[in-house]
Amino acid sequence: MERAKIIETTNRFLIDEFEVDPDDIILDENLHETLDLDSLDYVDLVVVIQNHFGFKLTAEDFKGVDTFEDFYTMIETHLHKFTQENAS
Amino acid sequence: MNRVVITGMGIYSCLGANLEEVKNSLYAGKSGIGIDPIRTEMGYRSALTGILPEPNLKKMLKRRMRVGMGQESRYAYMATIEALQMAGIDDAFLDSHIIGLLYGNDSTAQSVIEGIDKLREVKDTTLMGSGNIFKSMNSTINMNLSTIFRLKGINFTISAACASGSHAIGLGYMFIKQGLQSMVVCGGAQEVNANAMGSFDGLGAFSVQMDDPTKASRPFDAGRDGLVPSGGGATVILESYESAIARGATILAEVIGYGFSSNGLHISQPSVEGPARSLRMALDQANVAPSDIDYINAHATSTPLGDKHEAMAISSVFGGDNCPYVSSTKSMTGHECWMAGASEIVYSLLMMQNSFIAPNINLENVAEEAKPLNLATTTINHDIDTFLSNSFGFGGTNSSLIIRKFKQ
Repeated sequence: MERAKIIETTNRFLIDEFEVDPDDIILDENLHETLDLDSLDYVDLVVVIQNHFGFKLTAEDFKGVDTFEDFYTMIETHLHKFTQENAS
Repeated sequence: MNRVVITGMGIYSCLGANLEEVKNSLYAGKSGIGIDPIRTEMGYRSALTGILPEPNLKKMLKRRMRVGMGQESRYAYMATIEALQMAGIDDAFLDSHIIGLLYGNDSTAQSVIEGIDKLREVKDTTLMGSGNIFKSMNSTINMNLSTIFRLKGINFTISAACASGSHAIGLGYMFIKQGLQSMVVCGGAQEVNANAMGSFDGLGAFSVQMDDPTKASRPFDAGRDGLVPSGGGATVILESYESAIARGATILAEVIGYGFSSNGLHISQPSVEGPARSLRMALDQANVAPSDIDYINAHATSTPLGDKHEAMAISSVFGGDNCPYVSSTKSMTGHECWMAGASEIVYSLLMMQNSFIAPNINLENVAEEAKPLNLATTTINHDIDTFLSNSFGFGGTNSSLIIRKFKQ
């Protein structure tokens, strides 16, 4: 999946399921603060990512994710790995 | 001992989504019963149920506050918002006072089943999501409402089958009377879905008169054949008299008596003596005579045995020529189960406020044992100074509340 498509899919579930204002989704803004995430929300992020991309994250995977750009990159990295593992 | 008054109420039921709609339905004798085709597909004997829309809270609450709310919590929220508004309780008051929450609930079947179905499908507990645990526990309404409204007082759920809502109000009354709380949000809620009622239907307890759903619930009628399940949410704001006066609140009524008992007999079969003891205790606690009661909102659910035993219990306490008006609003609402004890207080308060007695509809041939009762078969314009509301539940738990029009 192209990065642009990953960003589009991610933004769609952030808007639809996490009720984020589209205007608040800015590449270098802080994801956690923008979404006002608490510990329970990470569980739901894992669920929506599994539902939309097919792979499962853990809490550890969110370490190092600060901005929306970090978030897209983290998803892209895991999706690439997941796709390769399933192709082989 | 503190006097305990009611300063707010709210309702979300098959008779309407707010107090005004429900008052009009009660006065008109309008039934809220219909058919749920899914129940037929699932193998229910009866597809009859109370019909009410699912509240959409998306514009009212943030996602984080909604994800742990199952159907019963959403109903309870709608009723509580209305009750708090009527009581004049705003955010500033919520944040600066110790307010309790005692709510009746006895199932979360839909949420439990949704969670387990998901787990069986995906075989991964994380993918059940963050909300399922908070939806699935029986105390779900207390968890959600106490968080949403930032309540800081007594906080637990009362599970007492079909008397849950009534005991919740009774306990709230006790906490305030004793001086342990100055305000308690009390109520009851009941989920309405095909996942919740299958095992109850399996007992043969539900009416199967599906040709005309509005005529299926017929408490005290000789042709009754079972109850119709229903639900929603009902809330009252109980407050000490001193608290209400100090903040200039409008006082709707005063709770003056709470009687209770347990049959100590069969798990499902009713008794006469248990409810009669609850009735007598409520009268004693309220320090009123049977002749002081203007209206009894009966528990009567339209089951052959239950109505018969309640009629005999009421007759044993109120027998003679001075039997107050009696009606079962379940003839219109169906049996709102865990919510019923609270909703029927709201229905009776609406009657008290508007000087009428709502009819026991579908009463065409009064059952022999109910003939001594002064049954209201049509809407009666009549002042209510004091009413009594009965609630009885599986396991033989009984609760009777007496409420009087407020006087200085």
